[in-house]
Order: sequence, then C-alpha cells, then structure tokens
Amino acid sequence: MPLIREIVGRFLLALILIASVAALNFMLLHAAPGDIVETIVGEMGGATEETVRELRHQFGLDRPFVEQFFLYIGRTLTGDLGISAYYNRPVADLILDRVPATVLLVFTSLAIALGLGVILGVISARFSRSWFAAVVNVVALLGFSAPVFWSGLLLLLMFAIIVPLVPTSGMYDVAADLSGWAFAVDVLHHLILPATTLALIYLALYTRLTRASMLEVMNSDYVRTARAKGLHEGKVLFKHGLRNALMPVVTMAGLQLSGMLAGAVLVETVFTWPGLGLLAYDAISRRDNQLILGILVASAVLVIVGTILTDLLYRLIDPRVGARS
Amino acid sequence: MTVTSVEASPQTAIGASPPAEGRSPWAEAWTVFRRNLSALFGLVLLFAIVSFVLLGPLIYHVDPFEIVQAPHQPPGSEDVPLGSDYLGRDILAGLIQGGRPTLLVGGLAAAISVLIGVTIGAVSGYFGGRVDAMLGRVVEFFQVLPSLLFTMVIISLFGPSLLVVASAIGVVAWPGMARLTRAEFLRISKLDYVRSSRSAGASHLRLILATILPNALPPIIVSATLAAGSAILFEAGLSFLGLGDRNSVSWGLMIGTSRPYLREAWWTVTLPGTAIFLTVLAISLVGDGLNDAFNPRLRSR
Repeated sequence: MPLIREIVGRFLLALILIASVAALNFMLLHAAPGDIVETIVGEMGGATEETVRELRHQFGLDRPFVEQFFLYIGRTLTGDLGISAYYNRPVADLILDRVPATVLLVFTSLAIALGLGVILGVISARFSRSWFAAVVNVVALLGFSAPVFWSGLLLLLMFAIIVPLVPTSGMYDVAADLSGWAFAVDVLHHLILPATTLALIYLALYTRLTRASMLEVMNSDYVRTARAKGLHEGKVLFKHGLRNALMPVVTMAGLQLSGMLAGAVLVETVFTWPGLGLLAYDAISRRDNQLILGILVASAVLVIVGTILTDLLYRLIDPRVGARS
Repeated sequence: MTVTSVEASPQTAIGASPPAEGRSPWAEAWTVFRRNLSALFGLVLLFAIVSFVLLGPLIYHVDPFEIVQAPHQPPGSEDVPLGSDYLGRDILAGLIQGGRPTLLVGGLAAAISVLIGVTIGAVSGYFGGRVDAMLGRVVEFFQVLPSLLFTMVIISLFGPSLLVVASAIGVVAWPGMARLTRAEFLRISKLDYVRSSRSAGASHLRLILATILPNALPPIIVSATLAAGSAILFEAGLSFLGLGDRNSVSWGLMIGTSRPYLREAWWTVTLPGTAIFLTVLAISLVGDGLNDAFNPRLRSR
C-alpha cells in the first residue's frame, strides 16, 4: 500500500524534524551561560554545596554529556518538556492550555486571508487592466510594509478606543461567566480585531499571487481548448482556471506558516490574546528557559502539522490527482 | 513534505542570452528602472530616511533619553516639535536616534541571510544529487522552525546585543534565498556556455563564482532587497517585545514602551510606526522596481 507507506514516511520525517529542534534546544541550553540549577539556586537566594549537587543529580546534569543529549531528545519526543521554573507546572500542560487560542487565531486569519484573497484575486485577474488591479497592488505593498504590531495598535485605537465596537483585549469576558452559544459569540467578538490584523499582512499577498497565477493559467492551452469547446465562461474560470491557479497559492500559504506564527506572537501580545505567543512573551520576561524552549518545540510541531495539512489540501485541489485515481 | 518549486519571488531569464543592442543587461535594467515612477519615489524616500537617520544627530542635538517637557505633550508643543512621551522625552529625538539600530540590524541581518542563503543554494543547485538532497533537509528544518520564537530564544539566552540580534534574524531568514538561488543555479548550470566553460577545465569554484553567479544575480538582488525590508520588520518586532538592546532607542522599542498610553497619547505610538512603515515601503518599492527592471517578460507591458 503506497498510501500507508507514505503516511509512515511522513510521520517518521516529522519525528526527525522534532528531534532536530530538540537537539538544537539542547545545544543552545549548553552554549548559553548558566544552567537550570544555577537559575533555581539564584532564585532561592543561594544554596549549600549539598543541595546544588542534589539538584544537579535530580536534573540529570551529573550524567555524561552524550547521555544527557539522548535523554533530552527522548523526553521531548514523548512529550515531556520539563517543569516551568515560574509556574512550577509541567511545561507541556501550560502549552496545551494555550494551543487552542493560537490555533483559532491563526486558522481564522488564514481563512480570511485565503478566502478573501482568492476572491479578490480572481476579480482582479478578470479585469486585469482596471483600477481595481492597481488598488490591489498598492494595498499589497502597504500590507507588507506595515509592522503587524503597529497596524494592530492602529486598529485597536480606531475600533476599540475611538469607536468602541469591539473589546480591546483578551479572548472572552471574564466577568460575564458565559457558556455555550453566548460564550462562542463572545469569543468571536474578541477575535475580530486580532484575526483581521493578522490577515491583513497576507490578504493582499494572496490576492496578488492569485491574480498572477490566474493570468498565467487563463492564457494556457487547455483553457483555450475549454473555451473552444464552447464551455460556459464561469465553468472555465472556476473549474479549469481557478483550480490550477490555486496551487501556487496553497504552496505559498504552507511555506508561510512559520511567518504566520511569528505574526501571531506579536498580535497576541498587542491584544493580550492568551495563546502560545503571549505565553512565550511572559516566559521570556520571567527568564523561564524551560518554558520558552518547550514553546519552540510545540510551535515547530504546529508548523509541521500545518504543513502536512496544506499538503493534503494541495492534493485535493490538484486536478492531476483526481485524474489518476 | 512536498518540495514544490513554485516561487513567489522574481522569475528571470536574463543573462541567458546577450542583449540585442549589445548593451549590458545592467544598463538596460537601469533604463527601465529610471522610467518607473514608484520605484524612483521609493529610492528618493529611502535616501531621505537614511539621511534623516545619519545626518539628523548632527543637526538636532537632543538626547532621546532626557526628560525635556511634561509627559504626553502633543506634537507642536514648545521644545518638542513631535510631542513628548510618557516620561516627557522628545519624540523627534527618539525618531532620529532610533533609526540607527533599526537600519543597522536590518541591514546586517539581511547581509547574513543573503550570505548563508546564496552559499547553500549555490552549492545545492550546482552539485545536485546527494548534496542537494542533504541541504534540502536543512532548508526544510529551518522552514518548520518558528522564526520569531527561535530568535526570541537566542536573544533571551545570549543577551540582546546588536550582533546577537542581527545574527539571530539572519540565521532564520535565509531559506527563501537558498531556494531561489538553488533554482537559478539548477537552470543556469545546464546552459551551453557553462558546459563549454566546464569542458575547458574550469574549477568548481570558478564555475560557481565567475561563470554562474553573475547571471544568477538579478533575482538574488531583488530578493536581497526584500530581505532587508523583512529584516527591518523583524528587528522592529523584537524591539517592540523588549528584546532589542535596551540601552539605545529604537523605533520598535518606542512603540513597545508607549503602548500602554495609546489612549492618552496616540502620537507616541503612531509616529515611530510610521517611520518603520515608510522605511519598509521605500525598500519594497525599490525591490518591486528592480524586479520589473530585471524581468524581461514584463518589459513588453
């Protein structure tokens, strides 16, 4: 079964990538000045020789270097990311608490940017020499050039402070104690501004990419053939044109997952959206190295999962896959 | 993960054949660039910003850390032409001094990422085969590594000095450049003139640096320009999070520290942001202009 072999191969590759991130983490921890025991001792305000030795033993720092290395990678792969020095809780638990918020934010922004971007791109390709295409180009340039944390603050100023349409921060109204449908609506209300901010960077980019790709596809032979057959223009545009034109857009979206996560860190900080980015920001200001390294691993896992998903999406769209089966 | 070679970056075919009128492709590109109004506007804007940052401190002698007015004075107040921040420090002085680390780190980081990306891409595309496959894995690894979080980790472990910040950004920003360079090298090394040079006994190093690289340069230059823009945004983001060097002012830091007072004093956030925005915009316009100038397919339009 080639499908099963491919899934297994994919899974192994993902494991290797995660192990590599863990290896990188380990090397960084060792290259950096000080270690976790020194941090803990520093926080305790000093300790006896005995305690230090005990702590070193507890964290496995007295074992041979190579053994420590493989132990660390093994622990990371089994989901043990250590204990947060600040929260005194397992890092993995802290991260799992925050993952849904980040995934919701990134997924919503991606859906807005891709959905709207593709629609606008098709329109601007259909009327490629109009003012609309020119506006799209300008907006793309503006969207790329504005720092996301700044555009977030400007939107916050306009739509939450000057005209208070949406809340300024957080993910839900803590005081209201809502549940069920009302809670979902409340979260959505809080989500509008952060998701729009993050989507703005990519919206114009996907519009431009869809437009360029559509223009190229619509000039190709098979589209000319489809038209010559007398097919309805709408069918040509969407079935022959868009389906092929979407592929570079999906590829691009997959390549930008890591960048999107970077944007999410900044957006979460601006809107106090309780996701991984905000956790990372707090972890750094508290010098919680275990936590920040754990977040790095978890985010890499998110990017890998996202890449696999875009790959699946790519296969769904690719007309050649349908022709083969 | 499928590696599909669809690039959003510039596509070129320049250098493959000598220009018809016998002029160098560079001169031809300049002719196209010169006629491009938005690209010229970008160039002028970039020049103005760089002069503002470099020459400003010589003309305007106000310490950006010194308290010179009451807090939150709006632009146009006495002594503070662009207003004062939450401590009463001069915003204009901050804008002038704060540009230097931003431009310096951005430029240095872009240079590092271009150096790494072009080297890896060139080796990968030139040798192909097993070397290419191996380097492809490295590129893939850096593509799944969350860039901003990784730089945050490096800076929190090694401290926020200018060099650490620039290297951290450069180390995560190169995969795009490597993919582009690899594609160019793959394409060019199959061309006849490279083959003849190879059969004439040119060494690998000579073929890579003297025979292929010059013809791969146009898209690399365009991409390097855009990389400088992204690096500046990256630096600004890190400073905004408080991860830049806190002993010198920077545009991102100004926004980060003034953020809690957005409601009372919009200018403390808006003005430094505008500075970052205009800088990146200028660079993007120049990059777009270079892309059009180097891209013969677009010339006919």
